[in-house]
Amino acid sequence: MNIIVKVQRYNPETDDKPYFQEFTVEVDPNERLLDALMKVKRFQDGSLGFRKSCAHGVCGSDAMRINGKDGLACKTLVKEVVEKDGDTVTVEPLRFMPVQRDLIVDQSEFFEKYRSIKPYVINDEEVEEGERLQSQEERMVFDDTTNCILCASCYSACPVLEENSDFIGPAAIAQAFRFLADSRDLGFKERLKILDAPDGVWPCQNHFQCTKSCPRSILITKRINSIKKMLNNQKKQQES
Amino acid sequence: MIHQFETVIIGSGGAGLYAALEASKNSNTAVLSKLYPIRSHTGAAQGGISAALGNVEEDKPEWHAFDTVKGGDYLVDQKAASILAEEAIQAVYDLENRGLPFNRTPEGRIDQRRFGGHTRNFGEGPVRRACYAADRTGHMILQTLYQQCIKNEVSFFDEFQVVDLILEGTKCSGVVVVELATGKLHIFSAKAVLFATGGFGRMFKITSNAYANSGDGPAVCARRGIPLEDMEFFQFHPTGIKGLGILISEAVRGEGGILRNRDGERFMEEYSPTLLDLAPRDIVARSMLTEVRNGMGIRGDRQIDDYLHLDATHLGKDTLMKKLPDISEFCKTYLGIDPADDPIPVLPTAHYAMGGIPTDEHGRVILDNKGTIVDGLYAAGECACVSVHGANRLGTNSLLDLVVFGRRAGKHIAQYAKGADGVKVDESAADEARQWIEQITDGSEGPHGGHITDEMQTTMMEKVGIYRNEKEMQEAVDEIQDLRNRYRDVRVQDTSSTFNTDLLEIIELGNLLDLSLLTAASALDRKESRGAHSREDYPERDDDNFLKHSLAYLEEDTVRLDYKDVDTSIWEPKPRTY
Repeated sequence: MNIIVKVQRYNPETDDKPYFQEFTVEVDPNERLLDALMKVKRFQDGSLGFRKSCAHGVCGSDAMRINGKDGLACKTLVKEVVEKDGDTVTVEPLRFMPVQRDLIVDQSEFFEKYRSIKPYVINDEEVEEGERLQSQEERMVFDDTTNCILCASCYSACPVLEENSDFIGPAAIAQAFRFLADSRDLGFKERLKILDAPDGVWPCQNHFQCTKSCPRSILITKRINSIKKMLNNQKKQQES
Repeated sequence: MIHQFETVIIGSGGAGLYAALEASKNSNTAVLSKLYPIRSHTGAAQGGISAALGNVEEDKPEWHAFDTVKGGDYLVDQKAASILAEEAIQAVYDLENRGLPFNRTPEGRIDQRRFGGHTRNFGEGPVRRACYAADRTGHMILQTLYQQCIKNEVSFFDEFQVVDLILEGTKCSGVVVVELATGKLHIFSAKAVLFATGGFGRMFKITSNAYANSGDGPAVCARRGIPLEDMEFFQFHPTGIKGLGILISEAVRGEGGILRNRDGERFMEEYSPTLLDLAPRDIVARSMLTEVRNGMGIRGDRQIDDYLHLDATHLGKDTLMKKLPDISEFCKTYLGIDPADDPIPVLPTAHYAMGGIPTDEHGRVILDNKGTIVDGLYAAGECACVSVHGANRLGTNSLLDLVVFGRRAGKHIAQYAKGADGVKVDESAADEARQWIEQITDGSEGPHGGHITDEMQTTMMEKVGIYRNEKEMQEAVDEIQDLRNRYRDVRVQDTSSTFNTDLLEIIELGNLLDLSLLTAASALDRKESRGAHSREDYPERDDDNFLKHSLAYLEEDTVRLDYKDVDTSIWEPKPRTY
């Protein structure tokens, strides 16, 4: 079948502002949207700029806005979008990050915010021998959050960032939960001042757009609320 | 622009990051990656990382080392395999201590499961050796190492593509790279350079590999006179999703999944009576192709794209959810099926390069069959050849290779960089790379790379695939040479210097063409069948003439082959049955 891929183009060297360009591509309905973009790049217009790597939803390179929804081009089948929205597919770069070229955005701030929550197990206690023990139940508490591939789909989907660009965003908070809920981690206090700050967890208003957009099925909003609860419990303890 | 570092690491997958953690303790280190660091293909590894922890049943490093040697059809260097198996245990503990969320046993220890070719007591039967985190073990390793790099404030240069290696005689003094954001060439001068650029499965049509797997490190080395070792050995993973090549982990069979033909028969009973579906990958892939050729594929039309079924319906939803969640999701996303209800249509997919840049046990690059070291040049991970995988890698040993030899290289570099003299590099070191890029971007009319990529991948898939013969491989060599000639005229359509991904793809294509030529030529010269290299015209292993590693030198437009000895100091080569 033929589809029309309508792509937002922008080259800072030559364009004052972004514009849309349409490409007609022959695809199998079972192909990925990424396959369609690759056909454009390899056989129609080599100048189309987008990131890609694994092509099956585990590296996070090709997150973009597809018909207004954030997600991975390699995890979106042509037939899904066509069934839902017709045979013109509009593709735009992720939001809240400066566009560098076409669909390529600068993710430095996104990663800066991720780094700010200290995304590593904090535990300086010596391990005497071999492994730290962890029960199967303890391990499963934070299981879904370990899926995160830092693709920034949730970040682009978050309505809060429209108003408050300093909000650390859903991915960073979900990753904070991944460590706070790990029985081996002792970093609650160290992460407290980032999470409890005005731009930490509190701006989240439970829009659930992050959870809906996550290509790795992480219950992001739920994890954000868990952290709010942890912070509130801690305050209650301090007060009592 | 010239940047001065003591250590430069190219690639930020498992090997690069582990080396960076070690090297940066003691030397001023930069990690360069053409992707954002967390996007590397280590993250796509699924099933596990083997170590003889013995958490669920008796196991020994010696058994692991032997399995590795036998799995590699005795082309493995045996001391290197022993190091791999012995250091595996501490490597896994280190990863756990650093936060890797392994699945656990009821006692809270790291859980372990079965994987192909891993056996107890030298081949008696399968052993539970693979430590795992669901079916995303590589993702967890990549995440954990990246997290540690953040903690230790390792310096990253994101989206820098390597284009040349700076050598003075047998001493390395840096690399030339192009910055994606600006199109500018940079020189990174360093006492020590480590290549950890991963695989090059993108030379094949159907592959589990990422677009980024274009073998940049090996290609750059080959063009600078460094031979590539054992390039004829390329692994086809038995279970890729039909048509797409997306990997369905061997862990499915490790957990009890069964391969079936059109009659529903468990055909591996015939090919591997002891290990059945958990025979090494080369054997399973060949068995599948034999079934297809005999008309026992699911369609039964004997066509090359006929397929087989991987049956996981008896494993139960709970096991699939807890131990194989990602592959369940791949099946739902790309096939519209639930593996709990329906068998998965699978076909072998180009997966892993056993060969690569020759190194010693410290990751130091070796220039010839006399063991001459290139001072300051290192390689680790899939782009390197130690050789612990020989003619066929066992599942889970690639993740292990990354952490064990990435770490060893990093440790050696930390010492070396302290002792070595400083290096001096001037702007002229980038002249050749500059000329190359100027030619590609000179604005003249030329063919685009898309069709050349397609033809290369088809040629390699059809003529240098699972079964090989003289006639087809010679055709492949000729066709690849023809494509390399056409490549000289290729020009970018994108004339911009900002995020010119067109330029990047053309550079990658050049690398893949050179590696395709080296692979096809090495395969043509090995007149025997061993591991993943199966020749219809020479079906037997020939230890008298070919128990040796190949070294392929790229000399302008020809390939010169040399050979070096295999270390068989521990186990005498025997016929390989399972």
